[in-house]
Amino acid sequence: MADPNASRTVPEADALARAWRRVAHEIAEAHADGGAVILVGIQRGGVALAQHLGETLGGIYGQAVAVGSVEPGLHRDDLSQRGMAELRPTELTGDLANKVVVLIDDVLSTGRTVRASIDAVMAFGRPQCIRLAVLIDRGHRELPIRPDFVGKNLPTHPDEHVEVRTDNSGTPIAVTIKK
Amino acid sequence: MSWHRKHLLDIESLSAEELTTVLDTAREFKAVGERDIKKVPALQGKTVVNFFVEPSTRTRVSFELSAKRLSADIINFSADASSFQKGESLKDTARTLEALNADIIVIRHKAAGAPHFLARFLNAHVVNAGDGAHEHPTQALLDVFTIREKKGNIAGLNVTILGDILFSRVARSNIWALRKLGANVTLCGPSTLVPRVFEQMGCRVTYDLDEALTGADVINLLRIQHERQRKTMFPSIGEYARLFGLNRARLAKAKPDALIMHPGPMNRGVEIESGLADSDRAVILEQVTNGIAVRMAVLYLVNGGNAEEL
Repeated sequence: MADPNASRTVPEADALARAWRRVAHEIAEAHADGGAVILVGIQRGGVALAQHLGETLGGIYGQAVAVGSVEPGLHRDDLSQRGMAELRPTELTGDLANKVVVLIDDVLSTGRTVRASIDAVMAFGRPQCIRLAVLIDRGHRELPIRPDFVGKNLPTHPDEHVEVRTDNSGTPIAVTIKK
Repeated sequence: MSWHRKHLLDIESLSAEELTTVLDTAREFKAVGERDIKKVPALQGKTVVNFFVEPSTRTRVSFELSAKRLSADIINFSADASSFQKGESLKDTARTLEALNADIIVIRHKAAGAPHFLARFLNAHVVNAGDGAHEHPTQALLDVFTIREKKGNIAGLNVTILGDILFSRVARSNIWALRKLGANVTLCGPSTLVPRVFEQMGCRVTYDLDEALTGADVINLLRIQHERQRKTMFPSIGEYARLFGLNRARLAKAKPDALIMHPGPMNRGVEIESGLADSDRAVILEQVTNGIAVRMAVLYLVNGGNAEEL
């Protein structure tokens, strides 16, 4: 019998990259105007994935897609319990009005990081809408938040930890579940 | 990220890693200050007390704005309007402030060590906003933040601090921060105000201004602290200006891109020629702007610190 404490790696690298390309096509299908789309990676797991998604989407739209980042740390609801977060840059330039902001994260779980990220984006302006794309949805939601685009649903135990690794281009190459 | 402290009492006890954490955090808060909406909810529901037992306008206002931009509630409690004149002790006053459920107490006091004293018995976080001639940690942090922003890093830079070193808490905190981050520090001023003992802090001490300025990357000018010294430390303001005031001719000794800094309030025509204060070499107003970012970082970090460390 396998050691229950060992980490497991799922799924295969090819499958991950294909799933992430499918997400790009789904975003393009839902939002025909590529000029209105801004991909915003959530610090820090979502930033490399947003870059990679931006390149794929640029190819689909035939025009460059805006990519930015957002730091949710200052808007978190658990600052008192967990101590202060390390802060990384928020890069959102230009007017957000009439724009489709697609938040990008590697792993979606409780939804609290997404909630904080939505507030952080709102401090910059009022986009036409905010969507959510994640590579992995591992469940255990604590807030009424639902992703619009999902690479892979991954059933996990609440006390497990899910880690996504990307290569230099931001292509997802491994997902590891740790105890 | 390296920060677990409950208080910010001095620079002397901080490590280079802790200093860098504050500077990196401040960089993100500076970006917040440049946005249309300059407020974040990080300290929402927290209460900060500005407990100033010595007059100060700019530091108090800077802390006030910093706390507000973090969504904390802040009240100002200053000595002239307080119970000290009625005979209450510092300890009792601080306890009274804490009984208001203050989460962070920012203290300015004329006695060195007052913040350390409060930190021993208060549950609240304590931030030193200047204690006597001892330390002024947030001023040093905003100074090194400004230098790092302009020069890229601190290590290897030649920094000259000019003026009243003996009575200056700004000088002491700056020397600690600069030395920990690897800068070469030169001190210069009248010998009565720049004792040789500062060489023990790893500084070069010289009474020749031209020598002090040669090759400098940064010149930090300190105000003569009239309120802290006796009249006999140097003959006259006029003589001080002639011997140690920074002017264009003397500035030529420094590197061509040397920064001119001043913690304020400055005395034009004494420690600095008026035209230089307004030149593009001076970063005096940027220091003020950076002060808010650095103080936001300090309030944010100490609020998260819960270790038993002081």
